Parts: sequence; structure tokens; C-alpha cells
Amino acid sequence: MTASPPGGAPRPGRILLVAFLALAACYFLLPVYWLTVAATKSNADLYGSFGLWFDNPRLWHNLTRVFTYNDHIYPRWALNSLLYAGVGALLATLLSAAAGFALAKYRFRGREAVFRCVLAGVLLPSTALALPLYLMFNKLGLTNTYWSVLIPSVVSPFGVYLCRIYAESAISDNLLEAARVDGAREERIFFTLVLRLMTPALVTVFLFQFVHIWNNYFLPLAMLSDDRKYPITLGLVTWKEAADRAPELTQYTVGGAFVSVIPLAVAMLVLQRYWRTGLTEGSVKE
Amino acid sequence: MTTSGTDTGPPRPTGTPPTGAPPAGRGGAGPARRRRSARPDRKAWTFLAPFLAVYLFAMILPIGYAVHQSLLKVERSGPLGLGEPSVAFAGLDNYALALEQTAFLESFGRVLLFGAVQVPVMLLLALVLALLLDQVKDRWAGLLRATYFLPYGVPGVIATLLWGFLYVPGISPVTDLLGKLDVQPDFLGYDNVLWSIANIVVWEFTGYNMLVIVAQLKSIPEELYEAARIDGAGPWETALRIKLPLVRPALVLTCVFSIIGTMQLFAEPLVLKRLAPAVTSDYTPNLSAYFDAFGNANVHLAAAKSVLLAAVAMVLSFTFLSLVNRKRRDGR
Repeated sequence: MTASPPGGAPRPGRILLVAFLALAACYFLLPVYWLTVAATKSNADLYGSFGLWFDNPRLWHNLTRVFTYNDHIYPRWALNSLLYAGVGALLATLLSAAAGFALAKYRFRGREAVFRCVLAGVLLPSTALALPLYLMFNKLGLTNTYWSVLIPSVVSPFGVYLCRIYAESAISDNLLEAARVDGAREERIFFTLVLRLMTPALVTVFLFQFVHIWNNYFLPLAMLSDDRKYPITLGLVTWKEAADRAPELTQYTVGGAFVSVIPLAVAMLVLQRYWRTGLTEGSVKE
Repeated sequence: MTTSGTDTGPPRPTGTPPTGAPPAGRGGAGPARRRRSARPDRKAWTFLAPFLAVYLFAMILPIGYAVHQSLLKVERSGPLGLGEPSVAFAGLDNYALALEQTAFLESFGRVLLFGAVQVPVMLLLALVLALLLDQVKDRWAGLLRATYFLPYGVPGVIATLLWGFLYVPGISPVTDLLGKLDVQPDFLGYDNVLWSIANIVVWEFTGYNMLVIVAQLKSIPEELYEAARIDGAGPWETALRIKLPLVRPALVLTCVFSIIGTMQLFAEPLVLKRLAPAVTSDYTPNLSAYFDAFGNANVHLAAAKSVLLAAVAMVLSFTFLSLVNRKRRDGR
């Protein structure tokens, strides 16, 4: 690449730039596009026709089969996923907000020690933790319950870290002082004032944790044995693995993946701006 | 460097400490106006308690329990070991056993090799995309950014299922097309499967890392570009001389998370295992621990392997961070 003269890039450079960006877009869209096409096909056409173009589309037929197969187990998995990710992320956000606020805005003994613990938690690999969690929960008789997936999902050291950084810059001490002078209790200040001021950071923490739980595989795999408690990820893999014996399950796996990917893809596009405001916010807001 | 003394380990995404907060000095040197009684600092523990309780229960305690389990073993008494099994203290036997398994050690080598190639490729791609998007009109940039970021919302397992379909001949349009060009790629073959997994991970996380870098780029004040333009710097020069050094903190952050992610590689090889015989049950350290616990019912050995994996991952990321920090200090 040569340096271009100031004021308007030269044509070849521009074309190269656009070509590269378009190529990258094709790469990132390829599996999703294939999935969309494949979801409309019959099991035979999945193998018998060209993968990147439609052939006898029958999406509705496929999807009804996905939803009704095995006593409507797929919608159940979808609800489980929503429950684990939604409730888990909501609680994680609330706990992170409270802890992050405390670490940012109060001076007390042990503050740095607590913060260091949190940071160690950020660096701890979460799937290396899944097995230890299973061993302990097994001992406590908690495995194969909703709690076994929900409780670990509520912890987000990274969320605490983000909330602390954000609270440090977004919440002014003077404002807190003023609220205290007005006689507001600390809890009230937190729930009415602090949570509102921290909203951008909280949305980011929620989204991160939601995707983290939604995508997690090792933890539910280790914890759950009853397939009616499975999240979608676990369920789809069991379908794929059973496809050796029941070939139509290949199509159900594809259809199920399609149904689970599309809402999240849309959410990604719509919520994109919230992701952007997350990680470096601390340095932007000065 | 930092006011709160956190530069020993944390992936601080920002090079500069937030200036809104007072320094963490304990000498009480704050402004005289601030009355001590007006700061109910003891309330902090009320706010911290819920998080700390779950943190202890679901992070610290399991690790402690795993360490404890890793120091035990099942012993069978009686002739031929047919008597009642009992749990006995094993010392470091399980660790010794884990480290004697060539396949387990090789799995560490494998993820290290994987990381050494995949992490730089992914971060370079993320960096290039972030910098190039800066050259495009806002409307297009937003759309492209969202497109690149989309795979992050696809769970790793489902991403692996999808790419699995694209790797297997017969169903894959990719092998179909390449077949017409007389190329018969064997994506799931013994030598290739590691890089096929790398491709899945690149696909999943490039967009996310790009977004972190983009966020850092956005935080660079306009005046800096203005000044560069006045000095006659072209877009490439601006990118290399100004943007690149300024997104360093974002690169450090993404690099640390990528290293941690690589060490715990699990779902992708587990799902591909069905399609690719080359993926053995001890292909990665995490897989090895998983199969010891659920396949071979040796939870004590599995616990030892989990502890080893967590330790290696933490040592690696701490080492990386301290190297980065030292370099930065030397550079000043």
C-alpha cells in the first residue's frame, strides 16, 4: 500500500478497500446465509442440492416439525435458554452495579483487596471453573436443577470491573453529597439515582452476561441430565448426535439453529451501539 | 501510573485513569469541606455483600473444593482390588499422573500452538477492519460493523455445528465449489482440523475484538486528526502513526481475553469430535478433564487437570500483562 496524497484517496486504493470490506462481510455472513437457505430445505435436498441456493423451499413445514417434535421440546429449550440468560444476566447486572458502585464511591478498609479478588475472577477461565462447580454442586445435591446453571451465571467479575470504572467517572461525589444532605438513605440513593446514572454501563453488562450465559455450553452440559431442563445449545447438539439413527434430525438441527440464531442476530444489529459504549467508556467520559 | 494501584494485573481498557474520582489515598487528604460523617463508608459492605456471597459460593469455593478433590484418590482394598472402594489422601499423585500423560501435555502444546497462530491472525484482522471502517462513510460503516459483529451472538456450539456442515463433503457448498475447481480440501483431516477449529474461533470473535478497538478509536479526540491533517499526513500515515499507538490498550485487553479463551477451548472440538476422528478425547486440556470426569469417572484426576489448566491460564495472562506493563514503563 502506498501513502495516498491528502484530499481524496486514489481510485485503486478505494476499490481495494471496498473489495476487502465486502469480502470480509461475505465471510462473516456465509454460515448464516447457508443456514437460512438450509432451513427451507427438505432433509434430502440438504444433501442433494446446491447449498447456497433455494430448492423447493418449505420453511413453514420445517419449522412446525421443529417446534412439535418430541412433545414440543424445542420451545421448552428456548424458554429455558431465555430463563437462564435473562434472569441470570439481570441479577448479575444488579449485583455488579451495587458492587461496582461500592468499590468506586466509598473509602473503606479492604477495598483494594476486594478489587484485586474481582480482577483475579476476570482472569479466571470460566470453563475451567465448570468442572469444579459440577463437583461441588454434585456433593451438595444441586446438579440437574435450574439453580445449578442459574447460580454460577449470576457472578460477573467483569461486570463489577466495568461498573466500577464507569461509576468512578459518571457519578459525581457532589451529587451524592447533595442527596445525603437531603436526607436520602444510601439504599435509596442507589436505587433511584445511581442505577439511573449508570444505565449505559448496565446495558452493556447485561448484554455481555446475556450472551455469555446464552453461549455457555460446558456448564449446562456438566450440570444437567434431564433434557427438559436443557438450554437450546445443549438440545441442538443432542439432536445432531442422534441424527445418525434418525436422519430427519439433521433437518431439525438446522431448523432449530436457524430459529435460535435469527433473534440474536437481529438483537446484535439493533443493540450494536450499546456494545460500543461499553469497554472504553471510562476513558471517554472525563 | 495509575492512582488506584491496579497496574499489577488488570486488563485496564484505558491507558489513563478516570479523572472523575479522587485518588485512593487513605491519609484523609481530601478537601476539608467533605465531612467524614457525611460519607457512610461502612454501607459499602451492604452493597458488596450480595456479589461477594455468590462470588465466594460459585467461584472461590468450587476452586477450593476442586483442589481438595485433586488431593484425593479412590483406593480399593482386598485381593485384586475387589473390596469396598474408599477415598484416601493421595498427595500430589493426581498431578503427577496428569503430568505423566503425554496426551495431556500434548494438549497444552496444541492449544499453545493454536493460540500462537489464531490470536495474532484474529487480532490483526480485527485491527485492519477497525482501521478500514474508519475510512468509510458512516452509514456503510455502521452496517458493515454490525455484520462483522453478528457472529458474536451465535453460540460457539451452534457456530461449530454450522461450520461443521460447511466442512463435511456432500452437504457443504464450499467443498462442492472447490471440487469443481478440482481442489479436494479435507477440512476435518488429521493435519487440518486444528485450523478448521481456528477458523471457527476467528469467525466468532473477530467482530467482537474489532468493536473493542473501534470504541477506543472513537475516544481519540478529533483535534488530533485535525492536527495530523494540517501536518500533511495521509490516511495511511494517520492510521499507522496516530491510531495504532492509541488503540494499544484495546489490543492488550483483547489479547488477554483471547489468551484466556484459547486455553479453555472446549465446545468447538467437542462438537467437531463426532465429525473428525482426529479430535481425540484429550485434544485440549479442558476436553481431557471433561472425559476423565464423565467418561472415565475419575473425578480426582479431572479435578487436578482443571486446577492445572486454571493455573496455567492465569499465569499466562498475568505474564502477558506484566510484560506489557514493563515495556510501557521502559518506553517512557
